[in-house]
Amino acid sequence: MTKMSADVVIVGGGIIGCATAYYLAKQGVTDVVVVERDFLASGSTGRCGAGVRQQWGLKMNILLAKESIKAFETLNEELDTGLDIEFKQQGYLMLAYTEKMVEQYKKNVALQQSLDVPARLISPAEAREIVPYLNTDGLLAATFCPTDGHINPFTTTNSYAIAARRLGVRIMTGTEVTGIEVKDGRVVAVETSAGKIHTNAVLNASGGYSREVAAMAGVDLPTYPERHQILVTEPVAPIQGPMVISLHHGFYCQQTPHGSFIMGFGDPNELKEHVVSSTWHFMEEMAAKVLPVLPPLAQLRVVRQWAGLYNMSPDAQPILGEAPACRGFYNAVGFSGHGFMLGPVTGMLMAELISGKEPHIDISPLSLERFEKGELLREPSVV
Amino acid sequence: MEDRDTIICRCEDLTREDVRKLIEAGYTTVEEIKRISRCGMGPCQGRTCHQLLVREIALLTGKDPAEIPPHKARPPIKGIKLGTLLAGGEKHD
Repeated sequence: MTKMSADVVIVGGGIIGCATAYYLAKQGVTDVVVVERDFLASGSTGRCGAGVRQQWGLKMNILLAKESIKAFETLNEELDTGLDIEFKQQGYLMLAYTEKMVEQYKKNVALQQSLDVPARLISPAEAREIVPYLNTDGLLAATFCPTDGHINPFTTTNSYAIAARRLGVRIMTGTEVTGIEVKDGRVVAVETSAGKIHTNAVLNASGGYSREVAAMAGVDLPTYPERHQILVTEPVAPIQGPMVISLHHGFYCQQTPHGSFIMGFGDPNELKEHVVSSTWHFMEEMAAKVLPVLPPLAQLRVVRQWAGLYNMSPDAQPILGEAPACRGFYNAVGFSGHGFMLGPVTGMLMAELISGKEPHIDISPLSLERFEKGELLREPSVV
Repeated sequence: MEDRDTIICRCEDLTREDVRKLIEAGYTTVEEIKRISRCGMGPCQGRTCHQLLVREIALLTGKDPAEIPPHKARPPIKGIKLGTLLAGGEKHD
């Protein structure tokens, strides 16, 4: 095996890994290797619902999402790869069915507006103007942000990879990381199925496998995988603009530009293991949740279902930064189901951090140390 | 017949030319081509196009078709309406 070295080794060829590789190369750090066990976007990125929204209840999440969406808006032009990220920017409609939820959404919208995110609280009648077949029985209010939307995770990840390669980044697919060598509390090499890569900086961007990869460097992460299921229907003519989310029912449902509908729901009893098989039970429950709210979808045929892993952290917020226990070992993990939409901004921030610059958004509240200090973040609006 | 007039995936309207361009661009597995182009993601679930796609990969990469891993078959076997799922079993239309 040949002797290899790199300034930075990135573990994981999903959106986080490929975006960080691109932004590192863009600022001149081109001696970067991305190591991916399977193929690009084969893990959580390619299995996600791929919605992108700024309608959050925490300032940090709003700022990160806003920056990401700004990047997505011009990504086709910036990366110039011939691939289309298929950004359908027709908003997110978030439904509120209880007084408590309405109160929370009012607070969220006030915070979002204070940060220049164009979200607004709307009546059930106004929600119907946006999605004409929405059944508003029991609906008290909704929030709508027209600049949220939906993106193709495969073309986006591949676009970042192509643009990164063009700048000199090496991407090794079909290559597994088998160990991380640490000496005197610092990363010195990454062992892979294709040989050892000498390096002083490693980014853990391995999604559902973040805990296992960190353990190779002696870093203990409080993250764990959680299966989430999803289905897609046959394509039909465009009938639904925004992603429709009901935290009350726990589901999300979006029509892609291709015409198919993608939908899923959060199930508190889902497996917290490395399992990506799907269940019959999911399809039945999905139909029972979505059809009372969006009745005409009863006519659509489900053509496929699958599953992917959320990489959960104890407070459902990402863990970003260098691990205190191991210098040169950086984490961008624990996105808890929201990693794809935060891909661009995470890539920029991690590139800044790894190359020794001050991140342009203060991400210290997202450090691993917060769990020891008990400074957990609480996001009120998660599916 | 020209490659651009030969359909590989009927559901997603992909031609032999489309598929060959992807293979030449480095997407040399069924799973990668499926994700980047939706080949085999339509209502037929890849029943029509899958073998044709494997053949194209084999022709362009020089691999034995038997060594090219098939795509992951996902449920349901046949498209099923959400309304039918909601109504449950035992009934027929």
